[in-house]
Amino acid sequence: MKGLESIDLRRATNILFRSNRELALKILKIIELTWAQLKKSGYEHLRIMNFCGTHEWTTTRYGLRSLLPEGIELLAGPGCPVCITPSHYVEAAIKLSLEGVRVYTYGDAYKLPSVKKINGVKSLDEAKASGGDVVVVYSLLDAIRDVVKNRVESTFLAIGFETTYPAYALAILKEETPENLSYIVAGRLTPPAAEYAVERVGGVDGVIAPGHVSTITGGEVWINLAEKYSIPTVVSGFEPIDVLLSIAEILKQKSRGEARVVIEYARAVTWSGNVNAKKAINEVFEVHDAAWRGIGIIPKSGYKLREEYRRFDAFDRYGFREPTRDEWCYDLLPGCRCGEVIIGKIKPSECSLFMKKCTPDSPYGPCMVSSEGTCRIHALHTNVNNIDEIRKIKWIENSNHQ
Amino acid sequence: MEKITLAHGAGGREMNNLLEELIFKKLPTFMKKVEGGLGIDFPDDAAAIPTSDGKYIVVTVDAYTVNPIFFPGGDIGILAASGTVNDVLMLGGIPIAALDTVIVEEGFEIETLRKILDSMFNTFSKCGVKLIGGDFKVMPRGQLDKILISTMGIGVAEKLIVDKNLRPGDKIIVSGYIAEHGASIYAAQRGLTPEFSELRSDVKPLVDLMIPLIEKYGDSIHSASDPTRGGLSMTLNHWAKSSNTLIIIEEEKIPIRESVASYCEILGLDPLTLASEGVAVLGVEGEKADEILEDVHSLGYTEAQIIGEVREKERKELSLVVMKTSIGGYRIIEPPVGEIVPRIC
Repeated sequence: MKGLESIDLRRATNILFRSNRELALKILKIIELTWAQLKKSGYEHLRIMNFCGTHEWTTTRYGLRSLLPEGIELLAGPGCPVCITPSHYVEAAIKLSLEGVRVYTYGDAYKLPSVKKINGVKSLDEAKASGGDVVVVYSLLDAIRDVVKNRVESTFLAIGFETTYPAYALAILKEETPENLSYIVAGRLTPPAAEYAVERVGGVDGVIAPGHVSTITGGEVWINLAEKYSIPTVVSGFEPIDVLLSIAEILKQKSRGEARVVIEYARAVTWSGNVNAKKAINEVFEVHDAAWRGIGIIPKSGYKLREEYRRFDAFDRYGFREPTRDEWCYDLLPGCRCGEVIIGKIKPSECSLFMKKCTPDSPYGPCMVSSEGTCRIHALHTNVNNIDEIRKIKWIENSNHQ
Repeated sequence: MEKITLAHGAGGREMNNLLEELIFKKLPTFMKKVEGGLGIDFPDDAAAIPTSDGKYIVVTVDAYTVNPIFFPGGDIGILAASGTVNDVLMLGGIPIAALDTVIVEEGFEIETLRKILDSMFNTFSKCGVKLIGGDFKVMPRGQLDKILISTMGIGVAEKLIVDKNLRPGDKIIVSGYIAEHGASIYAAQRGLTPEFSELRSDVKPLVDLMIPLIEKYGDSIHSASDPTRGGLSMTLNHWAKSSNTLIIIEEEKIPIRESVASYCEILGLDPLTLASEGVAVLGVEGEKADEILEDVHSLGYTEAQIIGEVREKERKELSLVVMKTSIGGYRIIEPPVGEIVPRIC
């Protein structure tokens, strides 16, 4: 392509994926034509759910919803690990930090609010301000280095999806985890949650499946979603062109009456994923019925250390317990509708606290905390997130080019 | 009890709400301006008082607390002088004089103070602005972080450039790369990584740009602002709201230096919300826009671009800024919320 020889990688990415209007228009043409066909065969609405905060970011940041024909709706699904981390993990981390155990966390979860206050404190951020021992790290390795250097009793708030879990597994398998470091094992698996969301929301016609997660799991984990629920499922990259292509693929499958898993993000994802990483996770962790914040217990959706590695489990070490299905308590603050936002049932603007009691600067609910949270994405990028608002001023474009 | 947070001073929504409650709502209309002039009845870059010969005295006041006080591309002295001069210019005034208040912390090095003041004097001198008065105070150690400078600028305008005069059909011109000051202060506060060591603040007085434009195009420039706190996003939202219009901008046309764009991308910052200290945003008459842009280029502001235009709004609730993104989609540009970078000016 002309001009690419003398420019850096970021610029090349921009040209190919972010400002490639020519290609975008071609894909949109396909979407429009296929949608017209579908409408003829009786469709009135088409609802496509993304499963990844980054997909929602791309969709909102680049205004993709405004490009789609009326009738095609993009829903934001449960793909933000911070948002779905149950409050009881945060509460345990706060308690430990105040009792002198050093708690390592990623910056994302630092401000994540808990439901119950522990000694008047409801986030790790506040715990630190009250004298708790909290250290924000960029990687597990940073934490391990710190433990080795300072020899402190410590725990790692290990939130995340399949993408982050190989690191924990390897740190244990390679015996790199010091004995005085434990893990608050809050890891979750994405396919069970996708299936749950699709069932709860109902009428989902297509899924844009997570690209990063699938680099580890491979495209194969989505086969159940496609076959059992008859939902076209496309593993997508994160650039606007990727998302548009994935939407076009979903429409094409719909028009042919198919429901398959297709990997759009083929430059990073294979069918069987990272076999070594999966093997490592399997050796160290087993899967259990686990709680999701504001949602409840989803079968076989969480990681748990296997018996032989249970000594690294912070809950075992300090006497905490995972709630059973009967014990699980709704863990959102009064009025907060993050539970419905997470599964794509409502838009952030449908929550009466959005941008009133709950803002990016002072988040009330978990979806306003992380940069992958739907509420935060909408708050920072398009508060009047109802796309109709922009559709009503679509005349802008027409008159713009005349 | 509700307390002041850093966000209240960030120039965004929180600050507007607070000022609305504590000042704007509190003062009766007759207290908000001098008869025939411009005051906080329509908050703008500066205020104006009419004179008997049909002109205006333009006045502005600002306080500077930037951290660090010496940053890549400038220091608190040039920042204080430029900020004040630019605010006078943005209301259509030719700056003529300034007053300053300098407050320093006990133990501050006199040599450092000399450097800062020299930098401020040089800037005023380059702009033809006289420093005609001021105040100097020292605070006990620990009761102030190093230094605070407050400057007041005075100018004279034949005709005021007032944000609320922006009208449908106008084009929006941005005079140079945006977000340079905000990004470089952010980097300076967090420790600059080597690959971003070229980030520089754009702080500068805009006399060489604005005086010729005001003289030549006084009637065709309907609004002007320097997008400091809250960045381009804040400026345009303020314009849309105060002029009751809809503003459409093109992402691809917004001048952003490659290094700033990639720095923002890595850190998840939105360049539209980061401050500039040497950029003018102009709302100009549509038919004159190309000619004005050419003049702006020939005045040395070669990165200047027409980034969008002003539309009549269709409905009551549509005082919005809408951006056509690089891929062609539309997105509403919200006024920034929260504390993006503390103590940038």
